[in-house]
Amino acid sequence: MPPAVLLRAAVALTGRFPALAGVDLDVAAGEVVVLEGPNGAGKTSLLRVCAGLLPVTAGEAVVLGCDLRRDRSAVRRKVGLLGHGAALYDDLTVVENVRFAVRAAGGASGGIDAALERLGLTGRLRRTPAGRLSAGQRRRVALAALAARAPALWLLDEPHAALDREGRDVLAGLVSEAAAGGATVVLASHEPAASLPRADRVVTLAGGRVVADERVGPAPARPAVLADVVAVAAGAGAPAGAPGAGGAHVA
Amino acid sequence: MTGVPGVDAPVVPGVDAPVVHDVDAPMARGVDAPVAHDVAMPGAPRPWGPVATWTVRAMGVAAVVCTALTVWLGLWVTPPDAVQHDLVRLVYLHPPIAWVALYLAFGTAGLASVLWLWPRTRSALWDRLAAAAVEVGTVFTALTLVTGSIWGRPTWGVWWAWDARLTSTALLLVLQLGYLALRRVPGDPDTRARRCAVAALVTAADVPIVHFSVVWWRTLHQQATVLNANLSPTIHGSMAWTLLLGFVAVTLAFGWMLAVRYRIEALSAAAEEAELGAALAERRAEGLAVGSGAAPAGGPDTALLHGALATAGQPQATDAEALCPDAGHPVAVESDAGQPAAVRLGSAAAERAQ
Amino acid sequence: MWRDAALVAGKDLRIELRSRVVLHQVIPFGVLVLLLFALALGPDRRPMVQAAPGLFWVAVLFATVLAVQRSVAVESGDGVRDGLRVSGLDPAGVFLGKAAAIGAQLLALEVLLTGGVLVLYGAQVRSYGALLTSAVFATAGLAAAGTIYGTLSAGMRVRETLLPFLLLPVTAPVLLAGTRAWQVALGAGGSAGDPWVRLLVVFAAVYLALGVAMAGALQEAA
Repeated sequence: MPPAVLLRAAVALTGRFPALAGVDLDVAAGEVVVLEGPNGAGKTSLLRVCAGLLPVTAGEAVVLGCDLRRDRSAVRRKVGLLGHGAALYDDLTVVENVRFAVRAAGGASGGIDAALERLGLTGRLRRTPAGRLSAGQRRRVALAALAARAPALWLLDEPHAALDREGRDVLAGLVSEAAAGGATVVLASHEPAASLPRADRVVTLAGGRVVADERVGPAPARPAVLADVVAVAAGAGAPAGAPGAGGAHVA
Repeated sequence: MTGVPGVDAPVVPGVDAPVVHDVDAPMARGVDAPVAHDVAMPGAPRPWGPVATWTVRAMGVAAVVCTALTVWLGLWVTPPDAVQHDLVRLVYLHPPIAWVALYLAFGTAGLASVLWLWPRTRSALWDRLAAAAVEVGTVFTALTLVTGSIWGRPTWGVWWAWDARLTSTALLLVLQLGYLALRRVPGDPDTRARRCAVAALVTAADVPIVHFSVVWWRTLHQQATVLNANLSPTIHGSMAWTLLLGFVAVTLAFGWMLAVRYRIEALSAAAEEAELGAALAERRAEGLAVGSGAAPAGGPDTALLHGALATAGQPQATDAEALCPDAGHPVAVESDAGQPAAVRLGSAAAERAQ
Repeated sequence: MWRDAALVAGKDLRIELRSRVVLHQVIPFGVLVLLLFALALGPDRRPMVQAAPGLFWVAVLFATVLAVQRSVAVESGDGVRDGLRVSGLDPAGVFLGKAAAIGAQLLALEVLLTGGVLVLYGAQVRSYGALLTSAVFATAGLAAAGTIYGTLSAGMRVRETLLPFLLLPVTAPVLLAGTRAWQVALGAGGSAGDPWVRLLVVFAAVYLALGVAMAGALQEAA
């Protein structure tokens, strides 16, 4: 089973600054990984690399079977990135924003209403222009767009920021459901991993490198992984056929 | 831009080696040098060998000789024109300069930009070449306008006339200045190269439109003398030969300036890479400091203990650091030993998983 | 690609419908430029009528810069540009969509400015067909070139000053050809306008093709 994310000695530059200075990371499909680390450690850059937004200038990077060193654009359709900013058009309403995001990804409009309800964006809120929402509400809209798109890899950058308690519960629920459905979730957060009921691993970054990688989580490794294998086989997992190097590493 | 051939001499033997190898001794000497070069895309600047240097120097000398010959022939040997009298002597320089500026410089920049944008042939070499070509081309375009203006004054009675060719050349100059301005916008080399390549191509697309506008305007300017559709030059005899020599001279001058300017770009790129190597090392040191300092309940051990998918090399990095005080080495150990270790750990994990 | 273009164009036009920036700011700016020209050229109508085609196209060119700036500014929200890249939309489709939206806005502007030229300068139309054809192709070329440079400069902090400097020289052939074509159409002198319309068509085709071909590289350049 090809890993969802495979990074080897990945170096990525933002401007002249090496945001990632040699990252090694393996994330299997269906895992929930929490990225931790001080400010400036490179968490956001790592997420952006996985989304195909930041070019990798050295090392290896294969995400969902797409070699990021050769072509970054193929992977973008398959991932969902929740960045610091909510990536919303201020003049469009909530519904229009979500609908645009879903249709851009080629998805069907069926799941939009359900996602909006799930995140509490109902009634008059649906028709409010995104520019008038509070930061927390904008976060929810972005999450709704992500949930409606249902990508194979979720990349969440500090999703807990600006969310109230109810929002965090909904987020935890969404993450659990996504992982149960076979999607892989990587999220960067300052919250302790204990607050996320479904975290499988905690990876600590510092200075653009991975300095610690701990397996946490309620269930022991083997059954959980087996469950993931079953879930992936049954559900919509990562596409098969990682290029040569990735295959060699895993099997 | 150095206009004097003599300045080339000290640059060659001395500066190349220090810039590429000795800038930050502890960094460059160890293993960060290969890492820095690996980080750059293909086309990392290399010092010029003796063949290249001598070719460029010979080109410069030849340019000077040909230009001198053209000047002598043009000013004294060839006869004055029936209509334009002595003024026609500018034809030996002005059309060649215009041709070089318009087609050679822009053509080189456009071709280099295409080669950069095409993923298979992408190399930082093309980006530097394009930048050098546009900058030298700007100089030549300005020269075209100046010589054209000098020629026009006695002929047309004005320093500047708004005819098609002058105007379009002026536009081209502004376009080239725009490219140069774009090049100065701060950013990482890859983004800058991409931006400038796209801008160069879009600008180059304007060049044929400019050429056609000359034909369609049919105004003050002479019919493009040598590049007529029926290919019969409208000047004859010794004048034609001198014109040809003028073309050769200006082309050689352009080639020499391009080579020197390219060299300057390559050297500055090498300097940037050395800085990048230093920045990388700092960044890694930052990471190691946090990693070993934070050590929660035995960090590396925890990783090994739980470590189904422990990232390879981290424990080895701290060990290697203890063994080798030289700051460059941990990188080397990791990148060499890290890969096979990852395979081992990864396959072990896979075995356990299945 | 076409589906994506329609999606993006629809999105941009819907945003314009809501915010009405082009309607309230860019179009009045165009009219303002016409007024300023009138002030510069003096109260006597004759120089104005003679210069009318050129003045019209200069005003359109300046307004194009503003319209392009606005189109780029729509995407400058926090993370919006990244969102557009990760969205899975075909970059060529995004390019065409944005160019189409700019083109539509420019056409609306040109209709109003034509009215302005006819009324303020006293020009008279000899051939509506020629007017329309040249305007349509010129607009297509302006929108394409504008979108290319707009996307190119989207990420830069110096965009406000650099974009006009980059865009306007490139659109100079449109100004030339448009002016000549309109001179014929407005009966202000000049011979056949056909070669100029052909030039406009070539310009539009070249820049649309360039934009589509380099859309991917353009998105990354931002």
